[in-house]
Amino acid sequence: MNDARILLNHQLTELIIRRFVLQLAENHGDMENLAIVGLQPRGVELSKRLYSKLKELFPESKTKYGELDNTFFRDDFRKGEIHMPRPSKINFNTEKLNIVLVDDVLFTGRTVRAGIDALMNFGRPARIELMVLIDRRYNRELPISADYTGTVVDSRQTGEFVKVEWNENNNQTWLLPQKS
Amino acid sequence: MTAKLHHLLGIKGLQPEQIHQIFETADHFKQLLNSPVKKTPSLRDLTVANLFFENSTRTRISFELAEKRLGADVLNFSSSSSSVKKGETLIDTVNNILSMKVDVVVMRHPAPGACLFLSKHINAQIVNAGDGTHEHPTQALLDAFSIREKLGSVEGKKVVIVGDILHSRVALSNIFCLQKLGAEVMVCGPATLIPRHIRELGVKVEHDLIKALNWCDVANMLRIQLERQDIRYFPSLREYSMQYGLTMDILNKLDKEITVMHPGPINRGVEISSDVADSSQSIILQQVENGVAIRMAVLFLLAQS
Repeated sequence: MNDARILLNHQLTELIIRRFVLQLAENHGDMENLAIVGLQPRGVELSKRLYSKLKELFPESKTKYGELDNTFFRDDFRKGEIHMPRPSKINFNTEKLNIVLVDDVLFTGRTVRAGIDALMNFGRPARIELMVLIDRRYNRELPISADYTGTVVDSRQTGEFVKVEWNENNNQTWLLPQKS
Repeated sequence: MTAKLHHLLGIKGLQPEQIHQIFETADHFKQLLNSPVKKTPSLRDLTVANLFFENSTRTRISFELAEKRLGADVLNFSSSSSSVKKGETLIDTVNNILSMKVDVVVMRHPAPGACLFLSKHINAQIVNAGDGTHEHPTQALLDAFSIREKLGSVEGKKVVIVGDILHSRVALSNIFCLQKLGAEVMVCGPATLIPRHIRELGVKVEHDLIKALNWCDVANMLRIQLERQDIRYFPSLREYSMQYGLTMDILNKLDKEITVMHPGPINRGVEISSDVADSSQSIILQQVENGVAIRMAVLFLLAQS
């Protein structure tokens, strides 16, 4: 990976996940009315780690966990590659819940828009918040912003690409000069 | 990489991977159909024409529902109330409809090969909803999908198709589909209703219903298609029913519990008795439910090619 730059190493990623949990506890109290929902496919890696950290720090909390696929709601459907759906696992009633939608990278905002639409199909939550590991600012194509951000990258008008690698003991986030 | 699906003319031209891809997509649609809001906007910029040159209840409603759930604009056409009666040809009829900017055509037609013919002459994606005695691909897909759902997989299962094999497009599509997925297929019926060279497709032939049922895991009971029978293939419906009708008595005497299917419409008391059709071994209504999910999956994959 020539010219690739590490944005977040494993230690920093772990710290951010821990911070996310504490922020959730600060904003949502006992977190009983809270659900963490990972966006398929890549947000799920973060949401799983977040949920297990939450269970570790707050074993008594009754926070719910789900995974969400937005394929049927994407706006780039029929415009290029074939999109195959992945399983949505929302085994709880979303009505009146506070839902934290989790993804790895926030870029144009279109994935999140489709995710919100997909989530609304399950019912009417009280509130939806957005949590992302990387916020690539100045690249938004829709009026969407994150409530919880790991770190911020400026990658305006370049071909740069953010790649998050999830490994058991070595999570790394790279900024690549172009999509490989 | 699985090949893209441009038309769905029959099961014969599909690769096993494409069938698995349709099933996986249908799994998600089934989940969606069981959620509070059952619609997606995936096909909102497409117009689908349902051209039915032959009667249909289930298939037409199922396709229409699938299209509407995917957000497509839907145009319904049935030949009984159209200019086909005034002597218009198939291509002219369809081209007139296409000039109103239709993207996908779902067609049922009494002539075998009508969909293939159309796919060569017009510029739209075609889904075969049954062409004469040839193929009925979405029915075979939903049948195999229902077997997969009930028994866990299709591979290695033994399926017997009972009844009017000669006139049945469901039988032919089912044979292709089940074999591609690794199942063993047997056909069972009176000798006059079994096509002469059917063994060349690699299926077993049995004329004794009890033997066939003892062999199988799944029995797919077909309707006698009197409307397609130009001569008499058996003495009477009553006699057919006594020899090939599936009753609770027969099911209870088998040494194992088999799954009973029927593509509909059912003639109760002919090929299947009422108590069997309504029993817990029958998955007839699940087949209908799965039909919508399968048709959504087919249209969804078609729209992406």
